[in-house]
Amino acid sequence: MIQRTANIIPRTIARILIPAIQVFGLYVIAHGHGSPGGGFQGGCILAASFILMTIAYGLEDTKRRFTENMNNILSSLGVFIYALTGWMCLLLGANFLDYSALSAILPADPVKARYLGMFIIEVGVGITVMAVMVSLFIDLVTGGKHGEGL
Amino acid sequence: MKFIALIATLMTGALLMYAEADFPVWGDPDSPASLHLSPRYIEKAMEETSVPNMVTAVLADYRGYDTMFETAVIFSAGIAVVMLIRRPRQ
Amino acid sequence: MIWQLDIILLLLVVICAAAAITVKNLFSATVLFGAFSFLMCMLWTEMGAVDVAFTEAAVGAGVSTAFFIAAIFQTSRRSRD
Repeated sequence: MIQRTANIIPRTIARILIPAIQVFGLYVIAHGHGSPGGGFQGGCILAASFILMTIAYGLEDTKRRFTENMNNILSSLGVFIYALTGWMCLLLGANFLDYSALSAILPADPVKARYLGMFIIEVGVGITVMAVMVSLFIDLVTGGKHGEGL
Repeated sequence: MKFIALIATLMTGALLMYAEADFPVWGDPDSPASLHLSPRYIEKAMEETSVPNMVTAVLADYRGYDTMFETAVIFSAGIAVVMLIRRPRQ
Repeated sequence: MIWQLDIILLLLVVICAAAAITVKNLFSATVLFGAFSFLMCMLWTEMGAVDVAFTEAAVGAGVSTAFFIAAIFQTSRRSRD
């Protein structure tokens, strides 16, 4: 079990930094079209904020906010969102992952629908990467025994 | 043994250096890659997808199938680690 | 592309890579590997591949360093060979 640090400096710094890191991660995911970034990078930044939370506040506190069940659900939900977008295109009569077909259900013309389709799959990639990275870190740092280690 | 490994590494490096001489120059506009495929993306990406960042357009739209299985690989890596080293709670 | 900057960055990359595999302390090797990733990120930026540089900074220098440190806690601090 990673203990909550007794020192007040890391805890205060983490309390200030974690919201800023998470907002930056969301910005990187949402603005991956106009500037460098995308789902993978944004997901890693979001995971880094949870890793910082684990180091500063301990495993108990992190798992109360980001439970194991939620982690499992989120890591599969991202891939599901991606595949579902592809299947929606298929159901609307276009090729797999041809987002221009999404203009039938999204309020956009076919060119703008490709923009929105890319946004949806970036969100899916970000969710999966975030959940998998957090679960990898927790498993590695405790050696799989969530109650002990470090 | 370490000596043989060093010799093998140096020989591989020398081979790679020799092969590198045939590569096109960095940013060469006449290289095969920037003659046929890249101009197509540079000219059409904005009007076809309305995404200013061409890298995202190629990664998520033109090569979307590739990226989907990249995500699936990350997911299966996470599942594999959970299966291999996570111990059930007593 | 500025070739002077290129030469300096490539030299530092080679030095970091050689130091990371020769040093005995695994923690030092991890930190050197993080420095290597960050220098590679600067090389990508300098060549104009900003997206790759961003990935390298987020994954190579950020999260994978944390993973390596987490893995070191499960083993001994010093390398045996």
